[in-house]
Amino acid sequence: MAIQFLGKTLKNPMVLASGILGNSKDILERIHENGCGLVTMKSIGPEPRDGHKNPTVIDLGHGMINAVGLPSPGYLNMENEWRDLEKRDFPLIASVYGGSVKEYQMVAEFVSSKNPDFIEINISCPNSEKHGMIFGINPQSSHDVVSAVKKVINVPLIVKLTPQAPDIGDIARTCEDAGADAICAINTVGPGMVIDIEARTPVLAFKKGGLSGPMIKPVAVRCVFDIYKAVDIPIIGLGGITTGEDAIEIMMAGASLVGIGSAVRYRGIDVFQAVADEMEAWLSDHHCSHEDITGAAHKEG
Amino acid sequence: MNTITDQRHIMLRVEKKQVESREFATLFFNYALPFKPGQFIMAWIPGIDEKPYTISYYSKDRFAITIEAKGVFSQKAITLDKGDLVGIRGPFGNGFDIKSNGVVAVVAGGCGMAPLATLVEKLNKNATFIHGAKSKEYILYPDRFDLERLFCTDDGSFGHKGFVTELLENEIASGRRFDMVYTCGPEIMMYNVFNICEKHHIPCQVSLERYMRCGFGVCGACVCGKQVVCKDGPVFGSEALRDIKDFNTKALLKSGKDVDLAQYFSWRCK
Repeated sequence: MAIQFLGKTLKNPMVLASGILGNSKDILERIHENGCGLVTMKSIGPEPRDGHKNPTVIDLGHGMINAVGLPSPGYLNMENEWRDLEKRDFPLIASVYGGSVKEYQMVAEFVSSKNPDFIEINISCPNSEKHGMIFGINPQSSHDVVSAVKKVINVPLIVKLTPQAPDIGDIARTCEDAGADAICAINTVGPGMVIDIEARTPVLAFKKGGLSGPMIKPVAVRCVFDIYKAVDIPIIGLGGITTGEDAIEIMMAGASLVGIGSAVRYRGIDVFQAVADEMEAWLSDHHCSHEDITGAAHKEG
Repeated sequence: MNTITDQRHIMLRVEKKQVESREFATLFFNYALPFKPGQFIMAWIPGIDEKPYTISYYSKDRFAITIEAKGVFSQKAITLDKGDLVGIRGPFGNGFDIKSNGVVAVVAGGCGMAPLATLVEKLNKNATFIHGAKSKEYILYPDRFDLERLFCTDDGSFGHKGFVTELLENEIASGRRFDMVYTCGPEIMMYNVFNICEKHHIPCQVSLERYMRCGFGVCGACVCGKQVVCKDGPVFGSEALRDIKDFNTKALLKSGKDVDLAQYFSWRCK
């Protein structure tokens, strides 16, 4: 089931989505051991940031809504994590965010010196007024961030996109032109809001938050489909993937690798191996390989 | 796989408030919550914050949480009264693995009494029950249980002057052979209890505390070593504890920054 991705060999196509379970080596290693081919760290920012007050994450039954708000120790305050992660034996994506092109560049350059296998830039988080999504909804600012970061890092660059972009294919193409090596899509959908009718107030402390989990899968599949049409670089597809069949579906839309986030809530950390096994069983039943199904839904007639 | 429908947020009204010992109050809710001792809920006061609380009283159609007034949230929570709204998510976590036969000890320190209370009510009369607090007026539920208790206080104002660990050592020295020790209290206390158990080859279950957000094992705020406290815990057995190198050493601040426990608790108690 080993798979090649931007020059690295991964044990399977499963990816831990950024923002799930944090940054410490012990937990990321456990996720790798539980069947995840490639793990992504929680987005690292330019300064220490606490994120929003609770409630920050609410389950809605058919998915969840969150406004954790990009908490980060700040890129200069993670010496313990880097020291531990340097001794890792699993492939790692370090995710970074900033409030300006310069901040993205500064954080990414520093993080690159810590030898992650890949850097992902999060230009898609909806849970902060001045970070993330504001860059990813506009082709020009996406281009500016990607080309600035690409210049200062020495590992492949992945760009995480938001489904809120008016034309996500267009944004992806812009990122590819600016030097991105892969696209990761999608970040959470929305932002949405949940109001408690007894308390007559939004439940999340930040009031609005990004939607994830099974309810957003059709949006993710459509976005990956649009991106696949627009670019030649590989895609990490994610958004509501919970089962092997979901993984096959998003690969058919165009994904080479499949990310999992919220499904950790529904199926535990073992979800990575479970989905990988379910995928493998499906492929074996249908006598085909991962390569055969990536983009399969694009074939005419 | 989890059932998810029973963990969605619900809004409940306080049915009764009961003042406990100094700085403690209990809020009762009429609601049939599926629950096992050691599990916790997330309690939300609109406009203030949401925090994890253990279930401290439990019956088929009623449960309660006990609050110690020490931070912004708990100072507000303790002023709530009958009819006030509290948002509830949960229950979350694994709960205690209860040995219904065998000789067990329960070791409670300070507000660590709260998660152990519903466990104590399920134990047989043979159980040894050790309970420590700062001083007499801080002893939580002084008259609640049928089980006899060995008390201690830091200042000697009630029971033995000294620590719960001394009482536990005494019991073991006097020939009591425990099949299990359950403990909750300050982390240094639990760490010492665990080490006593290790020395005497007694299995131990410890209920850990970390800052939490989601409560269901996704956000990573409460990660401790390779364990997710809200989902894999909060109760950890000896085997897991031997492997958690952050036990009694490190915890994460709200930003995700890892710090030593003194720094963590000075922030948590603000």
